[in-house]
Amino acid sequence: MISEAAVWGIIALPLAAGVLAALALLPALRPLARASGYVAILGVAGAFALSLAALDATLGPDAAAGFGVRSWLTVGDPSSAGGFEVTVGLLLDPLSAVMVTVVSGVSMLVMIFSLGYMRKEPGAEGGAWADYPRYFTYMSWFTAAMLGLVLAYNLIQLFVFWELVGLFSYLLIGFWYHRPAAAAAAKKAFIVTRIGDFGFMLALLYLYLHRAEFLAQGLNPFEIPDILAAAPLLSAGVATWVALGILAGAMGKSAQFPLNTWLPDAMEGPTPVSSLIHAATMVAAGVFLVARMFPLFEESAVALNAVAIVGGTTAVLAAAMAVVANDIKRVLAFSTVSQLGYMFLALGVGAWQIAIFHLLTHAFFKCLLFLAAGSVHHSVHTFDMRYMGGLRRWMPVTYVATLIGALSLVGIAPLAGFWSKDEVLAAAWAADGAGDVGVSRLVLVLGMAAVFMTAFYAFRLVLMTFHGRFRGGIDAVPTDELIPDEVSLVGHVHRAESPWVMLLPMAVLALLAVVAGVALNAVGALGPLPAHGLTHFLGGVASDFDPAIAGVSTVLALAGIGLAVAAHRRGVLALTDLPRPWSVLHRFLAGRLYMDHLYETLIVRRVLYRGLFFATDWADRRLVDGTVDLVGWVGRNGGRAVAQLQTGQVQVYGVGVFMGVIVMLMLFMFQR
Amino acid sequence: MLERLLVLSVVLFCIGLYGVLSRRHIIAVLMSIELMFNAVNVALVAFSRYVTPADLGAPGGLAENARYVLTGQGLAVFVIVAAAAEVALGLALVIALMRRTDTLDITAVNLMRR
Repeated sequence: MISEAAVWGIIALPLAAGVLAALALLPALRPLARASGYVAILGVAGAFALSLAALDATLGPDAAAGFGVRSWLTVGDPSSAGGFEVTVGLLLDPLSAVMVTVVSGVSMLVMIFSLGYMRKEPGAEGGAWADYPRYFTYMSWFTAAMLGLVLAYNLIQLFVFWELVGLFSYLLIGFWYHRPAAAAAAKKAFIVTRIGDFGFMLALLYLYLHRAEFLAQGLNPFEIPDILAAAPLLSAGVATWVALGILAGAMGKSAQFPLNTWLPDAMEGPTPVSSLIHAATMVAAGVFLVARMFPLFEESAVALNAVAIVGGTTAVLAAAMAVVANDIKRVLAFSTVSQLGYMFLALGVGAWQIAIFHLLTHAFFKCLLFLAAGSVHHSVHTFDMRYMGGLRRWMPVTYVATLIGALSLVGIAPLAGFWSKDEVLAAAWAADGAGDVGVSRLVLVLGMAAVFMTAFYAFRLVLMTFHGRFRGGIDAVPTDELIPDEVSLVGHVHRAESPWVMLLPMAVLALLAVVAGVALNAVGALGPLPAHGLTHFLGGVASDFDPAIAGVSTVLALAGIGLAVAAHRRGVLALTDLPRPWSVLHRFLAGRLYMDHLYETLIVRRVLYRGLFFATDWADRRLVDGTVDLVGWVGRNGGRAVAQLQTGQVQVYGVGVFMGVIVMLMLFMFQR
Repeated sequence: MLERLLVLSVVLFCIGLYGVLSRRHIIAVLMSIELMFNAVNVALVAFSRYVTPADLGAPGGLAENARYVLTGQGLAVFVIVAAAAEVALGLALVIALMRRTDTLDITAVNLMRR
């Protein structure tokens, strides 16, 4: 058992730590800047400890679901159709317990890594720890918002934390706001996710409009358990539209096609931020939301098919774009989008427990890969893989960590990624969800294709970064490719391994990336570990290990690795100077399918500026302003015309009086 | 006889009205107003003479208690008094106007416009 106050503490501790860290922004407390990092880590560590206690509480037979729910906002009489009530509360079930543990745990490791990464050169302006207070404040609050999102009992409460996560991701991506690219990337992330959130808001509105269906059964239309309980009883259209609206929000947050454009740009933030937000937690919010609302999706084959197709398409397209990227963080960003596609694919074929399983293993190995990329940057001060190479000679720990992360990402047995990816594909093959079987087959093919591409780009990353000869790092980057502001952020190449505060979190994550698959969800009982532990814990039905699926995906993965190695041997891994048809494809993919171009030029400039905004501008100037002007014109000129009647001539007035008398007389006479 | 008297009254009233609305000399306008007053007086006297209240001859009616019903004539006397007062006031205004503007043309005066 766990007390309610302890669960609130999971949210409150990082929040309070963020407030304390922010105090170091005061000029008087500037000398304490370094301590803000430790305060933030303590807060998140406390949240992690409480999360473990919460996880332990949900393992028991009397797994408490929710706690006392408090009324937050009441309009009218909540039991009648005229009013409604918004509540706040905590929903602690296996799903949220697993999620808070992962979020707080990964966040803690990333913050420890940041102690080393965010430290500036000793002679930097404001001292070596000048960035600490602001950075750790944002990180703490971001973690608190994410934990609040996961624990929310009410969809509106969830939406509030959802938007807070968006806000802090904006602040963190734009952490180096003096760099125009970072400011633009932050704005882009905020706006693009907002498009998805609009769908989420419509879903909330739709629930509100159909609240009578809930109230008839004594349920609250916004409380998550009530929605899930009412899902089988709702009319089909309601479930479909609400599910599609929620999917839109999840697509924005999880960077699914076609709202995937913000995530690669979001790599402008500090690398640990990318690691936390854009690999392990924030983008997982979309997957979590769909998993949380899954019984609702299960009522609608349309919504499930949409989830599966979005996921399958994203997995392939993002993997293809990762193949051609040269920026190590961009490769990882596209890889994240691609892996999130796998999770949506799993959700779409009805296996949400498997999606959460993949979310966990992905959080470990992707976070590891990002931290390794940060470690590499710490040495060579660039993210461009074309100027790396041969780094394994002086960064052996980072090299091993990257290799483990890459193998796990590719899905080589027995690493964590193998088990989760295999279960995703096996679920698509089994196709026993509520969606169409044909869709499951289609996304299975897409997923298999993505496996091959994943293997290629992952080992392209490893080989270009750590093998071959060293190509000079930041010192070799042509001056015209350097952003002037960036020069102050970077130093020069120093051929040394990163400090231990950066290596320790990587070691922990590497260990998890190896064992998490077996430890969490082994296909067979293994000593003290039960078979399919996570799936059963989340209330799912486990399917048997499918050697055929595993065999095919492993062969595809090995083929991808082999191709990368062969290309490396011939020295063509940078993918420049390709023959004709491939160069066109390369340019298309490197241009990110021209989606940014499409959005910017066609939708924003043509449709919005020249179409919609032009029309509304015209309507505002001519119709709205015109109506107002007309009223004024009538008053002014009408008054002037009437004023002409006032001549001051007493005889003219007399005529008027006489005419009036005649009119009244005639009315009086003709009335009868 | 009532009809003839009323026709006389209407003719007088219309002549007076025409004079009020069309004459430019202010004294002529005042004279026309007098015509209209007297048209009204003719009507009052005529009605008083020929129109008898319905209960006048009834048992216990007004005729048993009053020898003469002279309401119309009395009203006419009041009108004459009021007309005399009005002429006195009007002529005083004419003199004031004459002193101020040096004209008796009514169309030249548009002080009410201000």
